[in-house]
Formats: sequence, structure tokens, C-alpha cells
Amino acid sequence: MINKFETSNALYKAQEPVFPRRVSGPFRRLKWAVMAVTLGIYYLAPWIPWDRGTQLSDQAILVDLANRRFYFFWIEIWPHEFYFVAGLLIMAGLGLFLFTSALGRVWCGYACPQTVWTDLFILVERWIEGDRNARLRLFYGKWTFRKWRLRITKWFVWILISFGTGGAWVFYFTDASNLARDLWSFDAHPVVYSSISILTLTTFVFGGFMREQICIYMCPWPRIQAAMMDTNTLSVAYRSWRGEPRGKMRQTGRGDCIDCLACVNVCPMGIDIRQGQQMECIACALCIDACDDVMAKIGHDRGLVDYLVLADEEVESAGGQPVSVWKYIFRPRTFLYALIWSSIGIGMIYALFIRNDIDMTIRPVRNPTYLMQSDGAIRNIYEARLRNKLGEARVFQLEITGGKGFLLQLQSSNQAKTITVPADSTYLQRFYITVPKDHPAAKIPLTQLRLWVEDIENGNRSSSKTAFNGAPE
Amino acid sequence: MKTPEKDPHTEVETTGHSWDGIEELNTPLPRWWLWTFYATIIWGLIYIAAYPALPFFGSTSNGFLGWSARSSLEADLQQHKDRHASLNNTLVDAELSNLQTGQELRQYALARGAAVFTANCSQCHGAGAGGTVGYPNLLDNDWLWGGSLESITYIINHGIRNTSDPDAQFSEMPAFGEFLEEDDITSLTQFVTQLAQAKTKELNIDENTLFVENCSGCHGQNATGNESLGAPDLTDAIWLYGADSDSVEKTITDGRFGVMPAWGQRLSEADLRAVSIYVHALGGGE
Repeated sequence: MINKFETSNALYKAQEPVFPRRVSGPFRRLKWAVMAVTLGIYYLAPWIPWDRGTQLSDQAILVDLANRRFYFFWIEIWPHEFYFVAGLLIMAGLGLFLFTSALGRVWCGYACPQTVWTDLFILVERWIEGDRNARLRLFYGKWTFRKWRLRITKWFVWILISFGTGGAWVFYFTDASNLARDLWSFDAHPVVYSSISILTLTTFVFGGFMREQICIYMCPWPRIQAAMMDTNTLSVAYRSWRGEPRGKMRQTGRGDCIDCLACVNVCPMGIDIRQGQQMECIACALCIDACDDVMAKIGHDRGLVDYLVLADEEVESAGGQPVSVWKYIFRPRTFLYALIWSSIGIGMIYALFIRNDIDMTIRPVRNPTYLMQSDGAIRNIYEARLRNKLGEARVFQLEITGGKGFLLQLQSSNQAKTITVPADSTYLQRFYITVPKDHPAAKIPLTQLRLWVEDIENGNRSSSKTAFNGAPE
Repeated sequence: MKTPEKDPHTEVETTGHSWDGIEELNTPLPRWWLWTFYATIIWGLIYIAAYPALPFFGSTSNGFLGWSARSSLEADLQQHKDRHASLNNTLVDAELSNLQTGQELRQYALARGAAVFTANCSQCHGAGAGGTVGYPNLLDNDWLWGGSLESITYIINHGIRNTSDPDAQFSEMPAFGEFLEEDDITSLTQFVTQLAQAKTKELNIDENTLFVENCSGCHGQNATGNESLGAPDLTDAIWLYGADSDSVEKTITDGRFGVMPAWGQRLSEADLRAVSIYVHALGGGE
């Protein structure tokens, strides 16, 4: 009797285990390098120190959600400057467009966390259980003591990596060295422990067991990418016009493919690249390395499986010369994306450098719009929101330009003329502007004013426009 | 039953749906998907048991965790109170005159006072404390009963002209319509309206016998009012009931009797002090 799940008309399909074989070659080396850099950045970035004075964090990269500050080396982003983060997200999006149109699914194949961690997990698997054939034997073999021992060792190492992954994540959100200490003494916030637990679990399951299932069934990005690809987009493909008809080494009249299955055995997605473009392919290029290796051994040219574009198929199968891949990487579309991407980047850098370290917004209190004093003078009430972006307390003074005879007074318990704003904080100051009853502004509905805030120590200024409401007769 | 057709390329069944010659394959879902679906159902059942979920008449099931939105709110409020406990104690215990110093305490009192004001005072004095006819504007520098922090605290505590608090400040503007002739009222009205326009220098108050006999007793020789009696200054620009002759005539004829409740009976000492500091800081405090 046939198990109903194995027939093609079953509703649900069991995951087919994949046992990628070890491979070496330039693309594999590139992938190791990318893995080292990306994992290095991920685990180490929160530990880079950056001096910001005594009252601010000395962590170079910190998303301080509790205090609503984002630190990136010399840059500090406040919540009202969130457009910088939006800009970064737009750049990330456009960057993916750029890379997709230039290099196809290069993100999927090299830099996606799912790919990188899966690669790392497969590396661990190979160290403990051996290469493809040994793993296959172990998988289909009985549950002996050796199998248990290897499995448990593997899972334990995976769990350690997963815990490190979840553990590193939390250091981006709060002071890393304090948190590391609290973490071990069990004094950290429950949110920290639950974040670590959830990320440990997802890393363990996604990297150890789900692997290609994430890319095929869960991730929306390959589906979106498909809309950005055309016949001129680089992808990993098989030169069927060169390889077919495939046959054994000794067979005569065969193409270059000797049907050794090297490309199939190394594939982490478990597909056969020779069947053409498939949605499962993440373009990791490991089959290119595997095939080139075989081609070298049997004395054929490399590149039976290679980075290709679909448009080349016609040219090459008609006997034309292969076109350099650079021609497809540098084309108007990629230049256009690069132009948009870098102009947003330049715009943001410009915006970063013209930022002032004082910031003031004025809100006129409109309830009531004006009030009369006992001598008939007209007063307006305002609220100034002052932002001191430096790591030390500063003393500010307010000043009016745009008319004479306006008397500015701060709400204060001691007739203060200056406002002290603590380090790295926002301060709300209520103040009054009063004009005598015979002042022109007292009788007309609206007078435009400009208010200046000045750091009395270094003279840095910032201004904001507001209006004065008089009492029309 | 019709045998399902198979896609010749992938050998997967088709659903029979076809658009412009493109057929939909009946590709099986991964099995873990099914298990995930079951897991969410189990999770849902646990959730229903853990939290209030099932509606009954008048209430819901309690959930074995014992959580409720109300107790969660109470815990939050308690946490907030605990955090401000020391500031709160200082606010209640300190001398009134010392309350203006100390930045943190002042900020706390202002924030708390603003909340108390919105809940209790804004109904008459306005959300912006700008007042309206008959209800004084608290933003200006004119105070009927005094604008020091002590006076403001006393007024809020005991109120004005109410019968519930024996310590409430009390005075009464008589209804002169009962003992003055209509001509005299018209003449007085004219005189007071001129005062209202702040022409004191041209008017000789001493020579106006009507004013001296009837009004100076409370409003003063110079018509500048008397804070201990709550008698308004008649020479300034601020008129609680209006400065036009109709309003002034009505005030003289019928009198005025503005009442403010005694808030000391309703507010806690901390709230009372906080709202006093808030009102004092609105711009007119002396």
C-alpha cells in the first residue's frame, strides 16, 4: 500500500531532506568571506565603544528604545528625526532593487541571514556527522547510541549558536556591558529573556530544520524579486546547449555533462539546476563551483553551470560567443537605480551635517488667543519646546526679532531670564509676550514674529516663526 | 468521478482552473504548514483558558491566569503612585512658601495641578483658564481676593461666598435698585463707565457724592477696589461682568453674587496645593 502523503494528489507534502555535499571553489570562498563579515558585524557591532561624554551611552551602535534615541557612531537620531530611519529603509529597498537588477538573487544566495545561518548550521552538521554520504547513512540508519550521540552533539552546538544569536540581538537595544552582567545574574528585564528565548528558538528551528522551506514557502522576497527580473538579469543556469545530451564519461556523442550529479549533491535547496530556472534557486552559485571542479578534472572548459542571462541562450546555442556578465551588470537600469540610491544617501548626509544641536518649536497657546492685563496691555501665551542635543546641560536665552516693544517673560518661580535645559533632553518652557495697550500689535489681529534661542555660552542660535494676536477694537 | 488532469511538465495535478491558457496546479502544501495550523488552534485554546474570553450574561470567563484589564490598570496606577510617593509627601508637608523652589517638585506640582484643574476647575474658568463673563480669567494680573500663592490656596480651599464652608470669604454687592432712584443709577452708571475707560485723571471722584456715599466704602476712595472684600478695581481694564453701560447698570441695580465652591472638602491636600501652584503659575501670580 502506498502512503497517501507520497502520492502526488495528497494535500500535504512531507519535507524532503537535503544533504548538501562539501564543495570548494571561488564562490564557496566568497560565501565564507561574506559569512565571516556579516556574522562578525552582527555579533561584535554592539561592543564597539564610542565616547559621548559622561551622561550618554558609550556604545557606538545603540537603538535606545526606552529613552527614544538612536545612536550610530557620531550620529544621534531623536524621534522627531525619524525621517532619517525612513530614508535608510528607502535606501535599503532601493539597494535591493539595484542588486536584483544587476546581480539577480544575490541577496538570497550570499547575504540573507537565513542563508548565512543555514550555511553555518550545515558547516556544524558536517563537522559532527560527516559529509553528504555519511549524513545520508546516519539519517536512514537505526537509532543507535552513535546516532544519538552525534545528533545530540549537533543539536547542542546549534542551540549554542542560536542562543548566541538571540543573545547578541538584545545588546543592540540597551547598554551592552550592563546588560551582559544582568543577564548572567538574572537581573535583566523579562522582555530580554523572552526576546532571547524566541530568537534562540527561531534560529534553531529555521537554521537547523526549516532551511530551504523558509525560502520556498515563507519568504515574500523571492516572489517580489521575480517581478524585477527579466531576460537580462543574471541567474545561475545550466548551458544545456553545451551539456546535452548528457551521458556517462565513456559514452560517445554526449555533450559536456557527464551526469555526475555534483551540482545536485551540493545544492542546499535540493534542486537540479539542469532543469532550468526554478523558483527554489537562491543563486548561491555552489553548483558552479562543483561543476567547474568536475569540468577541470575531465578536461573540459569551465562554465557548464554558470552565471548567465536567459537572453544569452539563443545567441550561444546558435554558436555565438558567450557575452561577458559585466555587460549585464552595467546597464542603464542599474545606473538609474544607483543614481537614485546614492542621491538619497547624499541628501541624508547633507541633512545630517546641517542639523543644529539646538532645536526649538513654538506653540502659541490658543485658549484664549490673547488676554488683557489690568492696565489694558495685551498678552499672548506660548510654549517653547527646546531640544538640547548635546551631552551636557546648557543655558539658553530667548529673544524676539520682527518688532519693537514686545516684552518677553518666562514662566518661572524666580523671574529667571534664562532657561537651563538638561543634557540630551527636551524641555517645555511656557512664556509670555506682552505689548502695552497703545502698541500697534495690540490692535491688529495678527503680527508675525521670529523668536531666537541662543546658547549664552557659545552663541549658537536657532529660530522659529510665530505670531502675536492682538485685540481688534 | 473524473480523473484529475496532470500537468505534463511537473506531473502535478491541475485544479482545472485555467486563465488565458495558464492552468493552476494543485501543488500540495508542506506538511509542517498543517502542523503549524494545528499548533495555532492549540495555542488559541490555551489562550481562551488563560485569559478572559468567553462571554456570559453580565461578565466573561475569568481565565486561569486571573488577569483583568481593571486590575492591570490598578497595578499601573499604584506603580505610578509609588514612584511619586516622595514628591507627593514633600508637596503635602513642605511650607507653602517653600514649594516654589526645587525644579523637580515644581514640575511635578504643575503637571499634577494641570490635571486637577482640567477635571475640577475648567468647567467654569475654561480649559485654558481664560474665564468668561462672571467667572474670572486666571491668566491676567487682576485678582479680586489677592494673587499671592497663599491667597490662591485659601480661595481654592474655602471657596467664595458659599454656605458650605464657614471660612469662605464673603462679601456682597448690594442691589442698589432697591434704595436708589432710577436717575441716580443712570448717573452712577455713566460715571462708572467712564471710570472703566480709565479716565480717572479727568474725573474727580471725591466730588461725586453718589459714588462717595454708596460705592467708596467697598471700592475705595480712588475706586481701585479692596482685595479683603473682593471689591473689584473700577479703574482698570478688566471687567468681570462687562464694561458696557448696560452691564454696569445691571450690576448696580441688581448686585452680583459670584459663588465658588470650597474645594478643600473635595480635593486631597496634595491636589489642592498642586492646583494652587498651577494657577499661581498661569501668568498672573503675585
